Amino acid sequence: MHNGTTHCRYAEDVNPAFPAEIMAKPGGEALRDCIQCGTCSGACPMSVHMDLTPRRVIALTRAGLERDVLESATPWLCASCYECQVRCPRDIKVTEVMYALKRRAIEKGLYPKRFPIPVLATAFYRMVATHGRNSESRLVIELALRTNPLSLLKMAPIGLKLLRTGRMVFGQDHIKDPKQLQTILDAMEES
Amino acid sequence: MTAYAYYPGCSLSGLGKPYDESLRAVFGHLGLGLEEIPDWNCCGATSYMSVSQEKALALAARNLALAEQMHADVVAPCAACYLVLSKAQHMMGEYPALATKVQTGLRAAGLAYQGCAKVRHPLDILINDVGLEAIRAKVVHPLAGYRIAPYYGCQVVRPYGTFDDPLRPQTLDRLMAALGATVVEYPLKAHCCGGSLMGTMEEIGVRLNFLLLKEAKARTANVLATVCPLCQYNLEAYQDKMRRSFHEDVRLPIVYFTQLLGLAFGLAPKALGLQRNFVVSEPLPAMV
Repeated sequence: MHNGTTHCRYAEDVNPAFPAEIMAKPGGEALRDCIQCGTCSGACPMSVHMDLTPRRVIALTRAGLERDVLESATPWLCASCYECQVRCPRDIKVTEVMYALKRRAIEKGLYPKRFPIPVLATAFYRMVATHGRNSESRLVIELALRTNPLSLLKMAPIGLKLLRTGRMVFGQDHIKDPKQLQTILDAMEES
Repeated sequence: MTAYAYYPGCSLSGLGKPYDESLRAVFGHLGLGLEEIPDWNCCGATSYMSVSQEKALALAARNLALAEQMHADVVAPCAACYLVLSKAQHMMGEYPALATKVQTGLRAAGLAYQGCAKVRHPLDILINDVGLEAIRAKVVHPLAGYRIAPYYGCQVVRPYGTFDDPLRPQTLDRLMAALGATVVEYPLKAHCCGGSLMGTMEEIGVRLNFLLLKEAKARTANVLATVCPLCQYNLEAYQDKMRRSFHEDVRLPIVYFTQLLGLAFGLAPKALGLQRNFVVSEPLPAMV
């Protein structure tokens, strides 16, 4: 898609079920009310870094252009600051829509490849499901190894400072009975 | 003694250790009890919600169910924890199907969520339960010479705006003024620091945080007060890198609001974890 070449979209690019599926997700209901005013894009501190602005993501979602939306970096660059959502004059839960798109991108394996943010999300997910708690330093190391091992060297100066000030914990923290958490998560899958 | 169910979250034993230390010290000094929720689990933050909504809510609901057994309000100092726990309550209230699913999970582990524990940020508690009058009465070292940029970040005030305005918050301004500090006008006070993007997309994170610091400097702040462990880290740890990337010195102490309260109350800087901050310069007490 956005490889610097002009890209036209045709009927065959449309998944007609996509808009309704996103609108059916909690928080997605008001998507049809969007007036494309661009308040979300203007409010977003990340939009200058995005390939599609939030307003365009909404337009493309409503048009059923699923691939454009899911392969975009935009949902992943959303830092969840809710500024768009609070400012939206049509009460669209833009941040929740971005979450729904992230989940769908992971489900379909369509997120931008080698992009570190979904890698972090899935590594975090596994760590917490297994241990019940997250260990910042282990997560950072796992992320680096999976995306850009050389970045560990660049992180060394800050790592040393954290170590010196007693702000780095190496061990994997965990809840007393991680199995209890597993029971909860398993029971939800079966229900 | 008013007691609260304390949810420290994962960050407060690592990056945010000085936040934990200063919060405990200040609450103790004010006669507020903090009782840690037994065997709490990670809130799931933004990452878990990106993978599974239902399971993310269940993680939060387990903590809330444990807190309900303590019959106390929950105190969540980390912005992400505070938001995730509040959001779980909102979503389970608004979407019964989600709530049913979460309850099914909890029941399998012998737990139940009733929705009766209130989720609070320490800033809310200090302003609304303790009150500025009582805080002013405890100040023994007014923060003279402190020019504070009050930084709220995003998730403590948005989206629910429970105790302050979601776009133009004021509570931290008022709290800092009550300590005798000068509070500078800081229009970026509720502008996001990028959160975990600093760990994944460092260039973007560094630029965002550089802009926040540049503005604080332009407004003549000599301290930036924060209410979140991730904001504190992002703003503090990358200042050298910012100087190299943008050829501008934006060095500024980034201090937890609880550390500032403690200093004004005359508590020992070490009891507030101030020796763990990377940048400790005037007007803060010198750390040896």
